[in-house]
Amino acid sequence: MRLTPPEVDHIALLARLDLSPAERERAGAELSQILDHFEQLKELDTEGVEPTSHVLPVVNVLRHDEARPGLSREAALSNAPEQAGGMFQVPRVVEAE
Amino acid sequence: MTKYETVIGMEVHAELLTESKQFCGCANEPMAAPNTHVCPVCLGFPGSLPVLNGKSVDLSLRTVLAFGSKINTDCIFERKNYFYPDLPKAYQISQRLLPLGEGGFVEIEMPGEDGTTQLKRVGLHDVHMEEDTGKSQHGQELSDADSSLIDYNRSGVPLLEIVSSPDMRSVEEAESYMNTLRQMLLYLEVSDCKMEQGRLRFEASVSLRPHGQEEFGTRVEVKNLNSMKAVRDSLRAEIARQTQLLDSGATVTQQTMLWDEVSGTTQPMRSKEQAHDYRYFPEPDLVPLQIDEAWLARVRDSMPELPRVRRERFQSALGLSPYDAALLTTTRDIADYYEATLQSLDKADGAAKTVSNWVANELLGRLNAENKTVVESPVAPAQLGELVKLIGDGTISGKIAKEVFDAMFESGRDAKSIIEERGLTQMSDSGELEAICRRVIAANPKAVEDYKGGKEKSFGALVGGVMKETKGRANPALVNELLKKQLSQ
Ligand SMILES: [Zn+2]
Repeated sequence: MRLTPPEVDHIALLARLDLSPAERERAGAELSQILDHFEQLKELDTEGVEPTSHVLPVVNVLRHDEARPGLSREAALSNAPEQAGGMFQVPRVVEAE
Repeated sequence: MTKYETVIGMEVHAELLTESKQFCGCANEPMAAPNTHVCPVCLGFPGSLPVLNGKSVDLSLRTVLAFGSKINTDCIFERKNYFYPDLPKAYQISQRLLPLGEGGFVEIEMPGEDGTTQLKRVGLHDVHMEEDTGKSQHGQELSDADSSLIDYNRSGVPLLEIVSSPDMRSVEEAESYMNTLRQMLLYLEVSDCKMEQGRLRFEASVSLRPHGQEEFGTRVEVKNLNSMKAVRDSLRAEIARQTQLLDSGATVTQQTMLWDEVSGTTQPMRSKEQAHDYRYFPEPDLVPLQIDEAWLARVRDSMPELPRVRRERFQSALGLSPYDAALLTTTRDIADYYEATLQSLDKADGAAKTVSNWVANELLGRLNAENKTVVESPVAPAQLGELVKLIGDGTISGKIAKEVFDAMFESGRDAKSIIEERGLTQMSDSGELEAICRRVIAANPKAVEDYKGGKEKSFGALVGGVMKETKGRANPALVNELLKKQLSQ
Protein backbone atom coordinates (compact mmCIF):
# COMPACT_ATOMS: atom_id res chain seq x y z
CA MET A 1 0.00 0.00 0.00
CA ARG A 2 1.49 3.24 -1.18
CA LEU A 3 0.68 6.53 0.61
CA THR A 4 -0.06 9.38 -1.79
CA PRO A 5 1.90 12.66 -1.46
CA PRO A 6 -1.22 14.53 -0.22
CA GLU A 7 -1.67 11.87 2.48
CA VAL A 8 1.92 12.34 3.56
CA ASP A 9 1.40 16.11 3.64
CA HIS A 10 -1.70 15.68 5.80
CA ILE A 11 0.12 13.52 8.31
CA ALA A 12 3.04 15.96 8.36
CA LEU A 13 0.63 18.79 9.06
CA LEU A 14 -1.01 16.89 11.93
CA ALA A 15 2.42 16.31 13.44
CA ARG A 16 3.45 19.90 12.70
CA LEU A 17 6.44 18.70 10.68
CA ASP A 18 7.85 20.85 7.91
CA LEU A 19 9.27 18.32 5.47
CA SER A 20 11.65 19.05 2.61
CA PRO A 21 10.82 17.30 -0.70
CA ALA A 22 13.49 14.67 0.02
CA GLU A 23 12.18 14.08 3.57
CA ARG A 24 8.67 13.85 2.23
CA GLU A 25 9.76 11.17 -0.21
CA ARG A 26 11.51 9.19 2.50
CA ALA A 27 8.65 9.53 5.03
CA GLY A 28 6.20 8.39 2.39
CA ALA A 29 8.20 5.26 1.69
CA GLU A 30 8.71 4.44 5.37
CA LEU A 31 5.10 5.01 6.34
CA SER A 32 4.02 2.84 3.43
CA GLN A 33 6.25 0.08 4.72
CA ILE A 34 4.63 0.31 8.14
CA LEU A 35 1.20 0.06 6.58
CA ASP A 36 2.34 -2.94 4.57
CA HIS A 37 3.40 -4.59 7.78
CA PHE A 38 -0.05 -4.02 9.25
CA GLU A 39 -1.62 -5.46 6.11
CA GLN A 40 0.39 -8.57 6.83
CA LEU A 41 -0.79 -8.63 10.46
CA LYS A 42 -4.38 -8.31 9.28
CA GLU A 43 -4.08 -11.76 7.72
CA LEU A 44 -4.13 -13.26 11.21
CA ASP A 45 -7.46 -14.62 12.37
CA THR A 46 -8.39 -12.52 15.41
CA GLU A 47 -11.99 -13.68 15.60
CA GLY A 48 -13.04 -13.84 19.26
CA VAL A 49 -9.88 -12.18 20.53
CA GLU A 50 -10.42 -9.17 22.83
CA PRO A 51 -8.68 -6.01 21.62
CA THR A 52 -5.47 -5.47 23.57
CA SER A 53 -4.85 -1.98 24.83
CA HIS A 54 -2.13 -2.83 27.33
CA VAL A 55 0.25 -5.71 27.74
CA LEU A 56 0.83 -5.39 31.49
CA PRO A 57 -1.33 -7.63 33.70
CA VAL A 58 -2.06 -4.70 36.00
CA VAL A 59 -5.28 -2.77 36.56
CA ASN A 60 -6.54 0.00 38.86
CA VAL A 61 -3.39 1.90 39.73
CA LEU A 62 -4.93 4.73 41.71
CA ARG A 63 -3.78 7.64 43.78
CA HIS A 64 -5.28 9.00 47.01
CA ASP A 65 -6.96 12.32 46.44
CA GLU A 66 -4.45 14.38 48.37
CA ALA A 67 -3.00 17.70 47.27
CA ARG A 68 0.76 17.99 47.45
CA PRO A 69 2.97 20.92 46.59
CA GLY A 70 4.32 20.82 43.06
CA LEU A 71 6.94 23.08 41.55
CA SER A 72 7.43 26.65 42.63
CA ARG A 73 6.33 29.12 40.01
CA GLU A 74 9.92 30.22 39.52
CA ALA A 75 11.03 26.65 38.87
CA ALA A 76 8.08 25.97 36.58
CA LEU A 77 8.84 29.01 34.47
CA SER A 78 12.61 28.69 34.57
CA ASN A 79 12.89 26.99 31.16
CA ALA A 80 10.27 29.10 29.43
CA PRO A 81 11.78 31.08 26.56
CA GLU A 82 9.46 33.95 27.44
CA GLN A 83 7.26 34.77 30.40
CA ALA A 84 5.12 37.64 31.67
CA GLY A 85 3.12 38.14 34.85
CA GLY A 86 3.89 34.66 36.17
CA MET A 87 2.64 33.08 32.94
CA PHE A 88 4.15 31.35 29.97
CA GLN A 89 4.29 33.70 27.00
CA VAL A 90 3.76 32.17 23.58
CA PRO A 91 3.07 33.49 20.08
CA ARG A 92 -0.54 34.50 19.78
CA VAL A 93 -2.72 31.49 19.00
CA VAL A 94 -6.16 32.81 18.19
CA GLU A 95 -6.57 35.25 15.36
CA ALA A 96 -8.39 38.47 16.13
CA GLU A 97 -11.72 39.03 14.46
CA MET B 1 -44.43 28.41 15.00
CA THR B 2 -41.85 28.45 12.27
CA LYS B 3 -41.51 26.01 9.41
CA TYR B 4 -38.60 24.32 11.09
CA GLU B 5 -38.11 22.04 14.01
CA THR B 6 -35.17 22.85 16.25
CA VAL B 7 -32.79 20.05 17.20
CA ILE B 8 -30.36 20.68 20.05
CA GLY B 9 -27.66 18.55 21.61
CA MET B 10 -25.46 19.53 24.54
CA GLU B 11 -21.95 18.81 25.63
CA VAL B 12 -21.29 19.56 29.25
CA HIS B 13 -17.92 19.75 30.93
CA ALA B 14 -17.95 19.57 34.72
CA GLU B 15 -14.80 20.04 36.78
CA LEU B 16 -14.93 17.57 39.63
CA LEU B 17 -14.82 18.42 43.33
CA THR B 18 -11.52 16.83 44.26
CA GLU B 19 -8.61 18.06 46.33
CA SER B 20 -6.04 17.23 43.69
CA LYS B 21 -5.82 16.98 39.93
CA GLN B 22 -6.72 13.99 37.75
CA PHE B 23 -3.26 12.56 37.23
CA CYS B 24 -0.97 14.38 39.69
CA GLY B 25 -1.03 15.69 43.26
CA CYS B 26 -1.29 19.38 42.39
CA ALA B 27 -4.18 21.17 44.11
CA ASN B 28 -7.39 21.44 42.11
CA GLU B 29 -7.53 25.23 42.48
CA PRO B 30 -7.64 26.78 39.01
CA MET B 31 -8.40 30.24 40.38
CA ALA B 32 -5.17 30.53 42.40
CA ALA B 33 -2.34 32.85 41.34
CA PRO B 34 -1.13 31.74 37.87
CA ASN B 35 1.11 28.67 37.69
CA THR B 36 1.22 28.03 41.44
CA HIS B 37 -0.34 24.55 41.23
CA VAL B 38 1.82 22.90 38.61
CA CYS B 39 4.27 20.01 38.43
CA PRO B 40 6.13 17.98 35.78
CA VAL B 41 3.02 15.86 35.08
CA CYS B 42 0.54 18.66 34.44
CA LEU B 43 3.18 20.72 32.62
CA GLY B 44 3.79 17.78 30.30
CA PHE B 45 7.48 17.40 31.04
CA PRO B 46 9.08 14.44 29.27
CA GLY B 47 9.49 11.40 31.49
CA SER B 48 6.71 12.29 33.90
CA LEU B 49 4.00 9.71 34.49
CA PRO B 50 0.31 10.17 35.28
CA VAL B 51 -1.41 8.31 38.15
CA LEU B 52 -5.20 8.37 38.25
CA ASN B 53 -7.07 10.02 41.14
CA GLY B 54 -9.31 7.41 42.82
CA LYS B 55 -11.79 9.98 44.16
CA SER B 56 -12.37 11.29 40.70
CA VAL B 57 -13.35 7.81 39.49
CA ASP B 58 -15.77 7.53 42.45
CA LEU B 59 -17.38 10.88 41.60
CA SER B 60 -17.62 9.94 37.93
CA LEU B 61 -19.21 6.61 38.81
CA ARG B 62 -21.70 8.35 41.08
CA THR B 63 -22.74 10.47 38.13
CA VAL B 64 -23.13 7.67 35.60
CA LEU B 65 -25.09 5.65 38.15
CA ALA B 66 -27.43 8.60 38.61
CA PHE B 67 -27.96 8.77 34.84
CA GLY B 68 -28.64 5.05 34.63
CA SER B 69 -25.91 4.70 32.02
CA LYS B 70 -24.40 1.39 31.06
CA ILE B 71 -21.07 1.25 32.86
CA ASN B 72 -18.02 0.00 31.04
CA THR B 73 -16.54 -1.82 34.00
CA ASP B 74 -13.40 -2.46 31.98
CA CYS B 75 -12.40 0.88 30.64
CA ILE B 76 -9.30 2.56 29.38
CA PHE B 77 -7.95 6.03 28.76
CA GLU B 78 -6.89 7.28 25.38
CA ARG B 79 -4.83 10.12 24.02
CA LYS B 80 -6.57 12.77 22.00
CA ASN B 81 -3.84 14.46 20.01
CA TYR B 82 -3.82 18.09 18.98
CA PHE B 83 -1.55 21.08 19.24
CA TYR B 84 -2.50 24.03 21.35
CA PRO B 85 -0.35 25.90 23.86
CA ASP B 86 -2.77 25.33 26.74
CA LEU B 87 -2.24 21.58 26.24
CA PRO B 88 1.40 21.10 27.14
CA LYS B 89 1.64 17.37 26.32
CA ALA B 90 0.08 18.00 22.88
CA TYR B 91 -2.53 15.42 23.83
CA GLN B 92 -5.42 15.33 26.23
CA ILE B 93 -5.99 12.17 28.21
CA SER B 94 -9.61 11.28 27.54
CA GLN B 95 -11.86 8.34 26.78
CA ARG B 96 -13.50 7.46 23.51
CA LEU B 97 -13.82 3.75 22.66
CA LEU B 98 -14.68 2.68 26.20
CA PRO B 99 -16.06 5.69 28.05
CA LEU B 100 -16.97 5.14 31.71
CA GLY B 101 -20.68 5.42 30.90
CA GLU B 102 -22.70 4.87 27.76
CA GLY B 103 -26.35 5.76 27.30
CA GLY B 104 -28.57 6.72 30.20
CA PHE B 105 -30.73 9.79 30.37
CA VAL B 106 -31.65 12.96 32.18
CA GLU B 107 -35.34 13.38 32.87
CA ILE B 108 -36.55 16.94 32.40
CA GLU B 109 -39.89 18.49 33.30
CA MET B 110 -41.69 20.62 30.76
CA PRO B 111 -45.02 22.39 31.18
CA GLY B 112 -47.66 20.56 29.14
CA GLU B 113 -50.43 22.28 27.18
CA ASP B 114 -53.08 21.74 29.84
CA GLY B 115 -50.92 23.13 32.64
CA THR B 116 -49.69 19.72 33.74
CA THR B 117 -46.04 18.78 33.90
CA GLN B 118 -44.70 16.50 31.20
CA LEU B 119 -41.64 14.37 31.76
CA LYS B 120 -39.21 14.04 28.91
CA ARG B 121 -36.08 11.94 28.74
CA VAL B 122 -33.03 13.50 27.18
CA GLY B 123 -30.82 10.60 26.17
CA LEU B 124 -27.09 10.59 26.79
CA HIS B 125 -24.59 9.43 24.23
CA ASP B 126 -21.79 8.90 26.70
CA VAL B 127 -20.16 10.17 29.88
CA HIS B 128 -16.39 10.11 29.98
CA MET B 129 -13.47 11.10 32.16
CA GLU B 130 -10.78 13.43 30.94
CA GLU B 131 -8.51 16.27 32.06
CA ASP B 132 -8.94 20.00 31.69
CA THR B 133 -6.51 22.18 29.75
CA GLY B 134 -4.64 25.28 30.90
CA LYS B 135 -6.13 28.73 30.48
CA SER B 136 -4.90 31.26 27.96
CA GLN B 137 -5.30 34.98 27.63
CA HIS B 138 -4.93 36.48 24.21
CA GLY B 139 -3.76 39.62 22.43
CA GLN B 140 -6.36 42.27 23.02
CA GLU B 141 -6.44 41.63 26.76
CA LEU B 142 -2.69 42.10 26.99
CA SER B 143 -0.22 44.84 26.29
CA ASP B 144 1.41 42.68 23.66
CA ALA B 145 -1.15 42.00 20.93
CA ASP B 146 1.01 39.33 19.32
CA SER B 147 1.27 36.97 22.23
CA SER B 148 -0.80 34.74 24.44
CA LEU B 149 -0.17 34.04 28.12
CA ILE B 150 -0.76 30.61 29.60
CA ASP B 151 -1.63 29.60 33.15
CA TYR B 152 -1.44 25.84 33.77
CA ASN B 153 -3.23 25.72 37.14
CA ARG B 154 -6.24 24.27 35.36
CA SER B 155 -4.17 21.83 33.34
CA GLY B 156 -5.03 18.32 34.49
CA VAL B 157 -8.06 19.25 36.62
CA PRO B 158 -10.45 16.27 36.65
CA LEU B 159 -13.17 16.74 34.11
CA LEU B 160 -16.32 14.81 33.33
CA GLU B 161 -17.79 15.29 29.89
CA ILE B 162 -21.48 14.54 29.50
CA VAL B 163 -22.58 14.28 25.89
CA SER B 164 -26.30 14.27 25.20
CA SER B 165 -28.07 12.90 22.18
CA PRO B 166 -29.71 15.51 19.93
CA ASP B 167 -32.96 15.06 21.83
CA MET B 168 -33.95 18.60 22.69
CA ARG B 169 -36.48 20.33 20.50
CA SER B 170 -36.58 23.87 21.85
CA VAL B 171 -34.51 26.42 23.73
CA GLU B 172 -36.81 25.84 26.72
CA GLU B 173 -35.99 22.13 26.73
CA ALA B 174 -32.29 22.94 26.53
CA GLU B 175 -32.66 25.28 29.52
CA SER B 176 -34.56 22.70 31.48
CA TYR B 177 -31.90 20.12 30.66
CA MET B 178 -29.13 22.42 31.88
CA ASN B 179 -30.95 23.27 35.10
CA THR B 180 -31.82 19.67 35.83
CA LEU B 181 -28.31 18.48 35.11
CA ARG B 182 -26.79 21.22 37.23
CA GLN B 183 -29.11 20.39 40.13
CA MET B 184 -28.19 16.70 39.86
CA LEU B 185 -24.45 17.41 39.86
CA LEU B 186 -24.88 19.65 42.90
CA TYR B 187 -26.91 17.03 44.77
CA LEU B 188 -24.35 14.38 43.91
CA GLU B 189 -21.61 16.72 45.19
CA VAL B 190 -19.68 15.92 42.07
CA SER B 191 -19.01 19.52 41.01
CA ASP B 192 -19.64 22.92 42.54
CA CYS B 193 -21.01 23.93 39.12
CA LYS B 194 -19.77 27.52 39.33
CA MET B 195 -20.35 28.60 35.76
CA GLU B 196 -18.81 32.03 36.28
CA GLN B 197 -15.56 30.28 37.17
CA GLY B 198 -15.83 27.83 34.30
CA ARG B 199 -16.30 24.88 36.68
CA LEU B 200 -19.34 23.92 34.62
CA ARG B 201 -19.33 24.63 30.87
CA PHE B 202 -21.92 24.11 28.18
CA GLU B 203 -21.57 23.75 24.45
CA ALA B 204 -24.58 23.37 22.23
CA SER B 205 -25.06 22.01 18.76
CA VAL B 206 -28.07 23.27 16.86
CA SER B 207 -29.68 22.30 13.61
CA LEU B 208 -33.03 22.91 11.97
CA ARG B 209 -35.15 20.64 9.80
CA PRO B 210 -38.57 21.00 8.23
CA HIS B 211 -41.30 19.61 10.48
CA GLY B 212 -41.85 15.97 9.73
CA GLN B 213 -38.45 15.41 8.18
CA GLU B 214 -36.58 12.50 9.69
CA GLU B 215 -33.10 13.46 8.62
CA PHE B 216 -31.23 16.01 10.72
CA GLY B 217 -30.17 19.33 9.23
CA THR B 218 -26.56 20.54 9.20
CA ARG B 219 -25.47 21.21 12.75
CA VAL B 220 -23.57 24.17 14.06
CA GLU B 221 -21.70 24.12 17.34
CA VAL B 222 -21.92 27.12 19.62
CA LYS B 223 -19.15 27.80 22.11
CA ASN B 224 -18.06 30.47 24.57
CA LEU B 225 -21.14 30.11 26.74
CA ASN B 226 -20.30 31.08 30.29
CA SER B 227 -23.75 31.51 31.78
CA MET B 228 -27.20 30.01 31.45
CA LYS B 229 -28.28 33.29 29.91
CA ALA B 230 -25.52 33.08 27.29
CA VAL B 231 -26.74 29.60 26.31
CA ARG B 232 -30.32 30.77 26.00
CA ASP B 233 -29.52 33.96 24.07
CA SER B 234 -26.99 32.29 21.77
CA LEU B 235 -29.37 29.46 20.91
CA ARG B 236 -32.10 31.94 20.05
CA ALA B 237 -29.72 33.98 17.90
CA GLU B 238 -28.35 30.90 16.15
CA ILE B 239 -31.84 29.53 15.45
CA ALA B 240 -32.84 32.90 13.97
CA ARG B 241 -29.70 32.96 11.82
CA GLN B 242 -30.28 29.45 10.47
CA THR B 243 -33.98 30.12 9.87
CA GLN B 244 -33.10 33.15 7.81
CA LEU B 245 -30.51 31.19 5.80
CA LEU B 246 -32.94 28.36 5.06
CA ASP B 247 -35.80 30.74 4.26
CA SER B 248 -33.66 32.51 1.69
CA GLY B 249 -32.83 29.20 0.04
CA ALA B 250 -29.25 29.13 1.30
CA THR B 251 -27.69 26.22 3.15
CA VAL B 252 -26.23 26.05 6.65
CA THR B 253 -22.50 25.38 6.80
CA GLN B 254 -21.21 22.94 9.37
CA GLN B 255 -18.96 25.01 11.60
CA THR B 256 -18.19 26.17 15.10
CA MET B 257 -19.57 29.53 16.14
CA LEU B 258 -18.58 31.69 19.08
CA TRP B 259 -21.21 33.56 21.05
CA ASP B 260 -20.53 37.27 21.20
CA GLU B 261 -22.35 38.68 24.21
CA VAL B 262 -21.81 42.30 23.17
CA SER B 263 -23.32 42.09 19.68
CA GLY B 264 -25.78 39.38 20.68
CA THR B 265 -24.79 37.27 17.67
CA THR B 266 -22.92 34.07 16.94
CA GLN B 267 -19.75 34.52 14.92
CA PRO B 268 -17.79 31.88 13.03
CA MET B 269 -14.72 30.81 14.93
CA ARG B 270 -11.61 31.51 12.94
CA SER B 271 -8.84 29.19 13.76
CA LYS B 272 -5.57 28.21 12.22
CA GLU B 273 -6.32 24.80 13.58
CA GLN B 274 -7.53 22.74 10.65
CA ALA B 275 -8.03 19.12 9.80
CA HIS B 276 -9.26 17.90 13.19
CA ASP B 277 -7.94 14.41 13.27
CA TYR B 278 -7.27 13.52 16.87
CA ARG B 279 -5.61 10.17 16.24
CA TYR B 280 -6.91 8.60 19.43
CA PHE B 281 -4.96 5.67 20.76
CA PRO B 282 -4.79 3.90 24.14
CA GLU B 283 -2.81 5.87 26.72
CA PRO B 284 0.17 3.61 27.38
CA ASP B 285 1.03 5.41 30.66
CA LEU B 286 -2.23 4.44 32.37
CA VAL B 287 -3.28 0.87 33.02
CA PRO B 288 -6.95 -0.08 32.50
CA LEU B 289 -9.65 0.40 35.09
CA GLN B 290 -11.53 -2.64 36.24
CA ILE B 291 -14.57 -1.75 38.27
CA ASP B 292 -16.00 -4.65 40.23
CA GLU B 293 -19.33 -5.07 41.99
CA ALA B 294 -17.86 -4.17 45.41
CA TRP B 295 -16.58 -0.86 44.06
CA LEU B 296 -19.96 -0.09 42.51
CA ALA B 297 -21.73 -1.01 45.74
CA ARG B 298 -19.50 1.33 47.71
CA VAL B 299 -20.29 4.18 45.32
CA ARG B 300 -24.00 3.38 45.37
CA ASP B 301 -23.93 3.60 49.17
CA SER B 302 -22.46 7.09 48.96
CA MET B 303 -25.23 8.35 46.70
CA PRO B 304 -27.74 10.86 48.02
CA GLU B 305 -31.42 10.85 47.19
CA LEU B 306 -31.71 12.62 43.83
CA PRO B 307 -33.72 15.84 43.49
CA ARG B 308 -36.69 14.39 41.63
CA VAL B 309 -37.05 11.43 43.98
CA ARG B 310 -36.86 13.71 46.99
CA ARG B 311 -39.39 16.08 45.46
CA GLU B 312 -41.81 13.24 44.89
CA ARG B 313 -41.31 11.96 48.42
CA PHE B 314 -42.03 15.44 49.83
CA GLN B 315 -45.33 15.35 47.95
CA SER B 316 -46.40 11.78 48.61
CA ALA B 317 -45.10 11.21 52.15
CA LEU B 318 -45.33 14.73 53.56
CA GLY B 319 -48.31 16.02 51.60
CA LEU B 320 -46.60 19.12 50.22
CA SER B 321 -47.84 20.79 47.06
CA PRO B 322 -45.75 20.29 43.89
CA TYR B 323 -44.73 23.94 44.12
CA ASP B 324 -43.56 23.74 47.75
CA ALA B 325 -41.85 20.42 47.14
CA ALA B 326 -39.94 21.87 44.19
CA LEU B 327 -38.97 24.97 46.14
CA LEU B 328 -37.75 23.03 49.17
CA THR B 329 -35.65 20.70 47.02
CA THR B 330 -34.03 23.47 44.98
CA THR B 331 -30.76 22.58 46.66
CA ARG B 332 -29.76 19.66 48.80
CA ASP B 333 -28.94 22.05 51.65
CA ILE B 334 -32.43 23.56 51.68
CA ALA B 335 -34.04 20.12 51.62
CA ASP B 336 -31.71 18.94 54.42
CA TYR B 337 -32.56 22.03 56.49
CA TYR B 338 -36.26 21.47 56.00
CA GLU B 339 -36.08 17.82 57.00
CA ALA B 340 -33.86 18.53 60.00
CA THR B 341 -36.40 21.09 61.23
CA LEU B 342 -39.22 18.62 60.74
CA GLN B 343 -37.32 15.91 62.57
CA SER B 344 -36.80 18.15 65.61
CA LEU B 345 -40.59 18.33 65.87
CA ASP B 346 -41.10 14.58 65.97
CA LYS B 347 -43.68 14.79 63.20
CA ALA B 348 -46.47 16.66 64.89
CA ASP B 349 -49.72 16.92 62.92
CA GLY B 350 -49.58 19.46 60.13
CA ALA B 351 -45.97 20.22 60.92
CA ALA B 352 -44.82 19.39 57.37
CA LYS B 353 -46.90 22.18 55.89
CA THR B 354 -46.23 24.68 58.68
CA VAL B 355 -42.49 24.15 58.57
CA SER B 356 -42.61 24.33 54.77
CA ASN B 357 -44.19 27.78 55.03
CA TRP B 358 -41.63 28.97 57.56
CA VAL B 359 -38.68 27.75 55.54
CA ALA B 360 -39.98 28.81 52.14
CA ASN B 361 -41.40 32.20 53.06
CA GLU B 362 -39.66 33.53 56.15
CA LEU B 363 -36.27 31.87 56.19
CA LEU B 364 -35.47 31.78 52.47
CA GLY B 365 -36.91 35.26 52.09
CA ARG B 366 -34.60 36.68 54.76
CA LEU B 367 -31.62 34.70 53.48
CA ASN B 368 -32.13 35.82 49.89
CA ALA B 369 -32.44 39.42 50.98
CA GLU B 370 -29.05 39.14 52.66
CA ASN B 371 -27.51 37.08 49.88
CA LYS B 372 -26.90 34.15 52.19
CA THR B 373 -27.32 30.45 51.63
CA VAL B 374 -29.22 28.20 53.98
CA VAL B 375 -25.92 26.84 55.35
CA GLU B 376 -25.19 30.34 56.61
CA SER B 377 -28.58 30.68 58.31
CA PRO B 378 -28.27 32.26 61.77
CA VAL B 379 -31.30 30.20 62.80
CA ALA B 380 -30.53 26.50 63.15
CA PRO B 381 -33.16 23.88 62.17
CA ALA B 382 -33.78 22.89 65.80
CA GLN B 383 -34.31 26.58 66.70
CA LEU B 384 -36.90 27.01 63.96
CA GLY B 385 -38.47 23.75 65.11
CA GLU B 386 -38.83 25.13 68.62
CA LEU B 387 -40.49 28.27 67.30
CA VAL B 388 -43.02 26.20 65.37
CA LYS B 389 -43.64 24.13 68.50
CA LEU B 390 -44.30 27.27 70.55
CA ILE B 391 -46.92 28.38 68.02
CA GLY B 392 -48.48 24.93 68.01
CA ASP B 393 -48.88 24.74 71.79
CA GLY B 394 -50.32 28.24 72.00
CA THR B 395 -47.39 29.88 73.79
CA ILE B 396 -47.25 32.56 71.12
CA SER B 397 -49.54 33.60 68.32
CA GLY B 398 -48.56 33.23 64.68
CA LYS B 399 -48.32 36.96 64.36
CA ILE B 400 -45.97 37.34 67.31
CA ALA B 401 -43.98 34.43 65.93
CA LYS B 402 -42.89 36.55 62.97
CA GLU B 403 -41.55 39.16 65.32
CA VAL B 404 -39.76 36.46 67.30
CA PHE B 405 -38.35 34.95 64.10
CA ASP B 406 -36.95 38.31 63.01
CA ALA B 407 -35.22 38.65 66.35
CA MET B 408 -33.88 35.11 66.11
CA PHE B 409 -32.56 35.78 62.63
CA GLU B 410 -30.80 38.92 63.79
CA SER B 411 -29.34 37.55 67.00
CA GLY B 412 -29.13 33.79 66.46
CA ARG B 413 -30.80 33.37 69.87
CA ASP B 414 -33.45 30.82 70.82
CA ALA B 415 -37.15 31.64 70.51
CA LYS B 416 -37.83 30.97 74.20
CA SER B 417 -35.34 33.47 75.54
CA ILE B 418 -36.61 36.18 73.16
CA ILE B 419 -40.23 35.50 74.13
CA GLU B 420 -39.41 35.64 77.83
CA GLU B 421 -37.28 38.75 77.56
CA ARG B 422 -39.88 40.67 75.59
CA GLY B 423 -42.91 39.28 77.42
CA LEU B 424 -44.49 38.02 74.24
CA THR B 425 -46.26 35.00 75.66
CA GLN B 426 -49.75 34.66 74.30
CA MET B 427 -52.52 35.89 76.61
CA SER B 428 -54.86 32.97 77.14
CA ASP B 429 -56.16 34.08 80.51
CA SER B 430 -59.87 34.59 79.87
CA GLY B 431 -60.38 36.76 82.92
CA GLU B 432 -57.82 39.32 81.78
CA LEU B 433 -58.98 39.15 78.15
CA GLU B 434 -62.65 39.47 79.11
CA ALA B 435 -61.95 42.83 80.70
CA ILE B 436 -60.09 44.05 77.65
CA CYS B 437 -62.88 42.87 75.31
CA ARG B 438 -65.40 44.75 77.40
CA ARG B 439 -63.30 47.93 77.21
CA VAL B 440 -62.97 47.63 73.43
CA ILE B 441 -66.71 47.08 72.98
CA ALA B 442 -67.46 50.13 75.12
CA ALA B 443 -65.02 52.27 73.17
CA ASN B 444 -66.43 51.30 69.74
CA PRO B 445 -70.22 51.78 69.83
CA LYS B 446 -70.37 52.36 66.07
CA ALA B 447 -68.71 49.04 65.22
CA VAL B 448 -70.93 47.23 67.70
CA GLU B 449 -74.05 48.78 66.17
CA ASP B 450 -72.91 47.88 62.63
CA TYR B 451 -72.14 44.34 63.65
CA LYS B 452 -75.48 43.89 65.28
CA GLY B 453 -77.06 45.39 62.13
CA GLY B 454 -75.54 42.54 60.13
CA LYS B 455 -72.17 43.92 59.05
CA GLU B 456 -69.88 40.99 59.81
CA LYS B 457 -66.86 43.05 58.84
CA SER B 458 -67.19 45.25 61.88
CA PHE B 459 -66.35 42.28 64.00
CA GLY B 460 -62.84 42.40 62.59
CA ALA B 461 -62.43 45.95 63.80
CA LEU B 462 -63.27 44.84 67.34
CA VAL B 463 -60.77 41.95 67.17
CA GLY B 464 -58.20 44.42 65.88
CA GLY B 465 -58.93 46.65 68.85
CA VAL B 466 -58.22 43.83 71.29
CA MET B 467 -55.03 42.90 69.47
CA LYS B 468 -53.89 46.48 69.63
CA GLU B 469 -54.56 46.68 73.33
CA THR B 470 -52.63 43.45 73.93
CA LYS B 471 -49.85 44.24 71.44
CA GLY B 472 -50.84 41.19 69.41
CA ARG B 473 -50.41 38.79 72.28
CA ALA B 474 -54.03 37.81 72.72
CA ASN B 475 -55.01 34.29 71.70
CA PRO B 476 -57.11 35.02 68.58
CA ALA B 477 -59.48 32.08 69.00
CA LEU B 478 -60.21 33.07 72.56
CA VAL B 479 -60.77 36.71 71.59
CA ASN B 480 -63.29 35.64 68.94
CA GLU B 481 -65.12 33.52 71.44
CA LEU B 482 -65.19 36.17 74.17
CA LEU B 483 -66.29 38.99 71.86
CA LYS B 484 -69.09 36.91 70.34
CA LYS B 485 -70.30 35.97 73.80
CA GLN B 486 -70.29 39.54 75.05
CA LEU B 487 -71.94 40.93 71.90
CA SER B 488 -74.77 38.41 72.09
CA GLN B 489 -75.57 39.34 75.67
ZN1 LIG C 1 0.61 18.66 38.59
